[in-house]
Amino acid sequence: MTAGRPIEGGRRLPLHWVGVLPFMVYVGLFLILPTVIVGIGAFLDKNGNVTLSNFGMLSQPYVVRSFVQSVFLSVVSALVGAFAGAVFAYAVVTGNPDGFLRRIVTSASGVLAQFGGVTLAFAFIATIALDGFVTVWLRDRGINIYPGQIWLFDLPGLVLVYTYFQIPLMVLVFLPALDGIRPQWREATESLGGGSWHYWRYVAGPLLAPAFLGATLLLFANSFSAYATANALINQGSPLVTLLIGGLLQSEVGLSDPGQAKVLALGMIVIVSIVMTSYALLQRRTSRWLQ
Amino acid sequence: MNWGSRIRGLAVGVVSLLLVAACGSSGTGTASCGASAKSAADCGGMSALVTAAKAEKELNVIALPPDWANYGAIITGFTAKYGIKINSANPNGSSQDEVDAVNQLGTTSRAPDVLDIGMKVALANTGLFAPYQVTTWNDILAGQKDAGGLWYQDYGGYMSIGYDSAKVPTITQFSDLLGSAFKGRVALNGDPTKANAALNGVLMASLANGGSVDDISKGVDFFHSLKQKGNFVPVQATTATVKNGTTPVVFDWDYLSQSHGTDVPTWKIFVPANATVGGYYAQAINKNAPHPAAARLWQEYLYSDEGQNLWLKGGARPVRQHSMEMHGTLDKTAAAALPPVNGTPVFPTPDQLAAAGTYLASHWAAAIS
Repeated sequence: MTAGRPIEGGRRLPLHWVGVLPFMVYVGLFLILPTVIVGIGAFLDKNGNVTLSNFGMLSQPYVVRSFVQSVFLSVVSALVGAFAGAVFAYAVVTGNPDGFLRRIVTSASGVLAQFGGVTLAFAFIATIALDGFVTVWLRDRGINIYPGQIWLFDLPGLVLVYTYFQIPLMVLVFLPALDGIRPQWREATESLGGGSWHYWRYVAGPLLAPAFLGATLLLFANSFSAYATANALINQGSPLVTLLIGGLLQSEVGLSDPGQAKVLALGMIVIVSIVMTSYALLQRRTSRWLQ
Repeated sequence: MNWGSRIRGLAVGVVSLLLVAACGSSGTGTASCGASAKSAADCGGMSALVTAAKAEKELNVIALPPDWANYGAIITGFTAKYGIKINSANPNGSSQDEVDAVNQLGTTSRAPDVLDIGMKVALANTGLFAPYQVTTWNDILAGQKDAGGLWYQDYGGYMSIGYDSAKVPTITQFSDLLGSAFKGRVALNGDPTKANAALNGVLMASLANGGSVDDISKGVDFFHSLKQKGNFVPVQATTATVKNGTTPVVFDWDYLSQSHGTDVPTWKIFVPANATVGGYYAQAINKNAPHPAAARLWQEYLYSDEGQNLWLKGGARPVRQHSMEMHGTLDKTAAAALPPVNGTPVFPTPDQLAAAGTYLASHWAAAIS
C-alpha cells in the first residue's frame, strides 16, 4: 500500500524531516543515550571487563525487597493520587470555567505538583513527626498518632508524602480531559432514559478511560523514579530501588559499584517498559470503540 | 613494620646518605632537603631544615578553612615563627579537591606542598605522597600512620552519642537507648553502607555490646532491637532535624556533634567508656612539592607541641594528645573543653572498616526494616 509521493520537478533533497530533528536529538541525548549507557554498564565490572557478575545481586533479599517496595509504593500512591485527583478535577470542572476556584486550584496544583525533595520531607517532619506541631497538638488532646512505630518514616509515610504531589499532578493532567466532556452528552443520556450510572458506565467512563490510565501511568513513573523526598525521610537501609542506586554510586565506605547500580537501573527500565506495554495494550482496547 | 619495608628503608637511607655526601662535597647544603628527605635528620637536623625552608620563602597549602580546627591561628603562627609566606588555596575545598589539585598542577610552582585529607582519600592516593617522618614520629600510634611515612594522622575525634538533654534523659550507658524514653528518638548521621561516620557509629554499638572492631554484627543486632522497640529514627540527621527535635539523639563524631550546641544549648555529648572509636584526618606531603623543605618544616610545626595545642584549641583532638598529656605539655584548658572520654580508644584499620562495610551491605537493610 505504498502510495508513492508525486515526483516533483528538480532534484531537491527531501527536507521534510528537518522539523523533527531537534526532537530526535533531544530524545537521543536524554533518553536513548542514557539507556544505552546503563545497558552496557550493567555488563561491565569495576575494571571495565565484560561480566555477568553484577546481576548476581538481583537475588539478594534486600534487593528484591527494595524492588517490591518501590513497585508497591508507586502503585498505591499512583492509584490514590489518580482517584483523588480525578474527583478533585471533576469538582473543579463542574464549577464556573472562568471562576475563582478553578484559577486557584490550577495554579496551586501547578506549584504543589513540583513540591518535593528535602523541603517536602521536612515540611512533613515539622508537622507530623514525633515532635511536629500537629502531633503535639493532637497529643495534648489525647490523640496519639504514633501508638506503635513511627510510621511516617516507613512505607505508609512515603505513601502519604508522595500523595501530596501526586494529587495536584493528577488534577493538572486530568483537567483537559474532563474539559472535553460536553454537558450535551449527559442530556442526551437522560433524554434516552439513562440515569447517572448509565452515563458514567457507558458514556463518560469509556471516554475518559484512556486519559485516566495514561495519567495513572504518569503518576506511577513519577513515584517510581522519585529519590530526594524518600532519601530525606528514610535515610537508612535503602528501602527503595532509587535509594539503593544512590548508595551504590555514593558510598564512601568502599561499597560503591557503578556496575551494580546500572543493573538496578536496568531493572527499573524493564519494569517501566512492562507497565508501558500493558498500558499500550489496555489503551488500544479501551479506545477501540472510538475509532 | 615488616622486614621487607625495614630493608627498603635501610636501602633508601643509604642512598640518601650518599646523596648528602655528594651534595656536601659540592657545597650546597640545602639541596639535600629536597623531595628525598625522609626526616629532619636527612637534612642534617632541624636547624638545617629551617634554613632550607626559609630559603624557599613560601609554602602552598590547600583546603584549610581558617575556622576549621584553628587553622587560621596555625597559619599565622607558622609565618610569624619562620617568616615563610603561606599561600592558602581553595580554603573550603574537600579532600578530593586537594588530590585533584595535586594531579592537575603537577610540577608547577602553584601545586600544593602539603595536604590535610580524609583517610579514605589518603589511602587511595598514596602514590602522590613523599614519605616523611616528623621528629615526634614515635608519639603517633602505629595504627595512625603509614609505616613508611607516606601519611600520618593529625587530628580527629571519637564516635559519640550527642543528645538534647531537654528531650531525653541523661545517657550514662549504651543500653539506656533501648528504654521507652527514647521511642522514636535515636538517629545515625547517615546510612552506614554509605557514610563513614555512620559506619563507625554501628562499630561503636558493636564494641559496647560485646562485639569487636572485627565483628560489627553485634552493632547491627543492637540497631535491630532499637528498631523493634520503635526507638530508631531513619531520618538523615541534620542541623534542622536536631533543632526541630526529630533527631534528639545522634551518633556522630564528637567534634561535629559539638556544633549542635550552638542551636540547642541543652545538647550534651556522651562517649561510652567501653566503646571508644577514633577517627582521624591525615597529613601528607606532595611528592612534587614546589617547596619541599618548607613542606617538611610545616609538618614539624604541626606535630610540635605548639601545633598540636593549636589544633586542640580548635576543638579537634591532636594525634599526640595522649603523649603530651603524659609529658605535661598539653594545653589543659583547651583539653578540658572537650567532651570527656574515659575508655581506651580503638582505631579501626582501613581493612577492618572495609570488612565491616561488606557485612553491612548484606545485613543492614534487613536489620532495620
